[in-house]
Amino acid sequence: MQPESVLIEAALAVIVLDLTVMRAKDLRSRLNVASLIGALAVVIAAVLAVRNGAMGEILNGVLNLDTLAVATRVGVLGLTLLVLGIGTGGAKIRHPAEYVVIVLCAAVGFMAMASAQQLLLVFLALELASLSLYVLAGFDKSRPESAEAGLKYFLFGGMAAAFLLFGFSLLYGLTGTLDLPGISVVMAVSGFHPLLAVAMVMILVGFGYKAAAAPFHLWAPDAYQGAPAPAAAFIASASKLSGFVLFTRLLWGSASQGQMLGATPGWVPVVWLLAAASMLVGNLAALAQSNVRRLLAYSAIAHAGGILLGVIASGRSGPGPLFFYLTTYGIATAGAFGVFHVLEAQGGAQNLKDLAGLHRRSPLLAGCLMVFILSLAGVPPLAGFFGKFTVFAAALSPAGLGSPTGWLAVFAIAMSAVGLYYYLLILKEALVRPAAAEAQPVKVPATAALTLVAAAVLTLLFGMFPSLLLRWF
Amino acid sequence: MSLLPWTITISFAGAFLALIAGSRSAAAARGVALVTALASWGVVLVAAAGFVPAKGVQTLVDVPWIESLGIHYHLAADGISLVLLVLTGLAATAGVLFSWNIEERTGEFFAYFLTLIGGVYGVFLSADAFLFFVFYEIAIVPKYFLIANWGSTNREYGAMKLVLYSFAGSALVLAGLLWVYAAGNAGSFGLPELTAAAATLGHPEQLAIFALLFMGFAILAGIFPFHTWAPTGHVAAPTAVSMLLAGVVMKLGAYGCLRVALPLVPDALAFWQPAIMALAVVGIIYAGLIALVQDDFKFVIGYSSVSHMGFVLLGLAAGNVQAASGAVLQMFSHGVIAGLLFAVVGRMVYERTHTRKLADLRQMPLYKLLPFAAVVFVIAGLASMGLPGFSGFPAELAILIGAWQASHFWALGAAIGVFVAAAFTLRAIQVSFFGKDDRDPAAADAHHHYDPISLPEKAGAFLLIAASLVVGLKPDLFFDWITPALQSPAFQAVLKGGTP
Repeated sequence: MQPESVLIEAALAVIVLDLTVMRAKDLRSRLNVASLIGALAVVIAAVLAVRNGAMGEILNGVLNLDTLAVATRVGVLGLTLLVLGIGTGGAKIRHPAEYVVIVLCAAVGFMAMASAQQLLLVFLALELASLSLYVLAGFDKSRPESAEAGLKYFLFGGMAAAFLLFGFSLLYGLTGTLDLPGISVVMAVSGFHPLLAVAMVMILVGFGYKAAAAPFHLWAPDAYQGAPAPAAAFIASASKLSGFVLFTRLLWGSASQGQMLGATPGWVPVVWLLAAASMLVGNLAALAQSNVRRLLAYSAIAHAGGILLGVIASGRSGPGPLFFYLTTYGIATAGAFGVFHVLEAQGGAQNLKDLAGLHRRSPLLAGCLMVFILSLAGVPPLAGFFGKFTVFAAALSPAGLGSPTGWLAVFAIAMSAVGLYYYLLILKEALVRPAAAEAQPVKVPATAALTLVAAAVLTLLFGMFPSLLLRWF
Repeated sequence: MSLLPWTITISFAGAFLALIAGSRSAAAARGVALVTALASWGVVLVAAAGFVPAKGVQTLVDVPWIESLGIHYHLAADGISLVLLVLTGLAATAGVLFSWNIEERTGEFFAYFLTLIGGVYGVFLSADAFLFFVFYEIAIVPKYFLIANWGSTNREYGAMKLVLYSFAGSALVLAGLLWVYAAGNAGSFGLPELTAAAATLGHPEQLAIFALLFMGFAILAGIFPFHTWAPTGHVAAPTAVSMLLAGVVMKLGAYGCLRVALPLVPDALAFWQPAIMALAVVGIIYAGLIALVQDDFKFVIGYSSVSHMGFVLLGLAAGNVQAASGAVLQMFSHGVIAGLLFAVVGRMVYERTHTRKLADLRQMPLYKLLPFAAVVFVIAGLASMGLPGFSGFPAELAILIGAWQASHFWALGAAIGVFVAAAFTLRAIQVSFFGKDDRDPAAADAHHHYDPISLPEKAGAFLLIAASLVVGLKPDLFFDWITPALQSPAFQAVLKGGTP
């Protein structure tokens, strides 16, 4: 059995249970039960994904379960678990069962994205995930910002989908097949065609939007700011992981097949530009933010640049460094959103100043936040550092500064020094500034506390023993 | 020797314990911190007692860590690292003693403090460049919280500036290391392997790599014109952290230059030597002149640190064994003396008078009010000027002799710097402690309520003075460790001379 089906069944079970047995209960316990079922399903699915292992092509080659796909499935499931966990830490959600169901649906989409081998399925998986995320972004009906976030995300996402679909259809028209391996075979034979360049640009624009790479990043700050914190965490973590894995597959193919679009001349320079622009825009704009969610959004844009660098590098080094970066970034950023979720439920707004005195109000949250933020900043021994390190090492191989990729890596290193500034601004509020006079101690629900501590421990563990993740590749 | 890796473990464990103890009581956290500092220093001293000087490093631990990248958890030590480990233990112990009066969030303070110390121990023991870098960065971040939380003047600004400079420096180092690793196809981060990989690269590339590495480290050592973080940071920091910053953290940079940058690209020093020597000497004189006109007592010491670290850089750049051994001794000596100076200024004087303005201090007959502090500061000032009998003298002498062999001009320049150092030190002593006689006894009485110097302060001061005196009177104690280490093949590729 494939893990996706477990998630679907669990989603159905959640909705049925909520409509029948749980109807009369209060919102909090409905959310807890739904989250518990969802979490159990996620764990079972993860066990299944690992036990199935790298099965290779299944279902007539529609899905290709190679190592990367299995790793991404497990990574997505882990991040889903994290998002479900932090979801229990905040304000009441009006439709708890639906929320969990949509999270599970998105997870199915992400998992399918990781292994899809056919353009149609790629698009379907992408849309399943994206539609779920649009709904999640607008899920908090009590705040108009949430609706705004949902709408903005939907409009930009729909545009991106149109670009992607156009690119895919050109690709199909040029090669006459929907299978990725088939496309790579035809492309290797037929060589370059001008329309291929158009398709490439379309696909790049599409992914640029979805991944919030500059200059297609404009939706991200608003979406991150307005969406409920768990939804923002999901958008920033699992969606990035599966999206970039899919992108890498389209470009570099997988081990068993040849290069795909990556063989098209002119491709790498465009991604190079996107990466450089994202790092520049993200890091510089983040410096000026006073809203902590917007700050993390710009930090996400900056990280998208680093990840794109990893995408370029993975053509030569394999996807290991990229996967490491994506996973550890996802854990840290989702964890940070988890901390904000708990805080916002207890009266805090989203300003940096609202974090003041966190070390007194909740040492646990302050400690976790420190781990997550320092990991995002790339400080050893946390996982974020090693993610950057291994991506940069891959990008600098083998030509050092003899290649543009090497220069981009050096630029990324320089930009990470800039990034430390705004990450320290967050920690300054949380760990240095005194609390406001009227600030109360923060009560952290047990499930959320457990989730956050687990994420912090994982961040430390992956940083100290990166081989735990890297040995899969 | 085989015990040395425990210094790292003890420090990090102590940091964790101090955090827990701090949630119970401040006294418990202090106790944990003192025991931790003493225990790790004790380990170093036991190892030092049984140390047999040898050419090259002695491996202590070597286990594969991240195999896919050829990274090892490889700790090793030689005479140079041992000197600096002794310094670290000393500075940590004295630092704990001088922060005995931290009452607010004591547990957190010592947790950051001991994390920093653990990172420093790690740097001095690392034989793998990646590991070196990891410990180096672990030592950076706690500084921010230490300064921003428990500092004084302009603390958030000073902390941020200091950390950003440090991080920028380490970004250069990271770029340099990755460049060698990737372009040279090293397959390992062991220093010998990286050296071999660097040798396969073209000469211009080697020059660039050397510049990245040396500059990156030298920023942390306070090289002109990237030294400005040091005075601001030192002034903003709480006393014990100023002591650590000047005492050991700036040494991390100098040690990185010596251990990583110089041997990794041995052919590049010849090209960069004039530039580095020039920057070092300009730093010595320029920082000295600025110290001469400062009005904030702590800024005087902060700039004097930069000036003294210029000697270290000069010694490293001279490219011979004598100067380099002088540089290592100067690292120790400056660590001790600067620690002492900051202790007097930050803890003994400022915590009591609540002013560091020389103009204000001049109005107080401090030599009567705080006689112990006055005596300690005079001793420390004499040591800082390089008076024979104190550790600064043999160190600066060796550096100057070595630098003379490399360049008469810059050696003379540095010698002028010695005079400047004497000038600003004497001025500080005069103005602060012996500024104005109490011609008006009533005004003097108004200050008589200063708390007496406490026992931990006295203990810390005696510890540091004793260390400077012992090394000053018998510098061979350390030279006998340092010189053989500098005669290892790795250093001989870049350093000339030295009697075997």
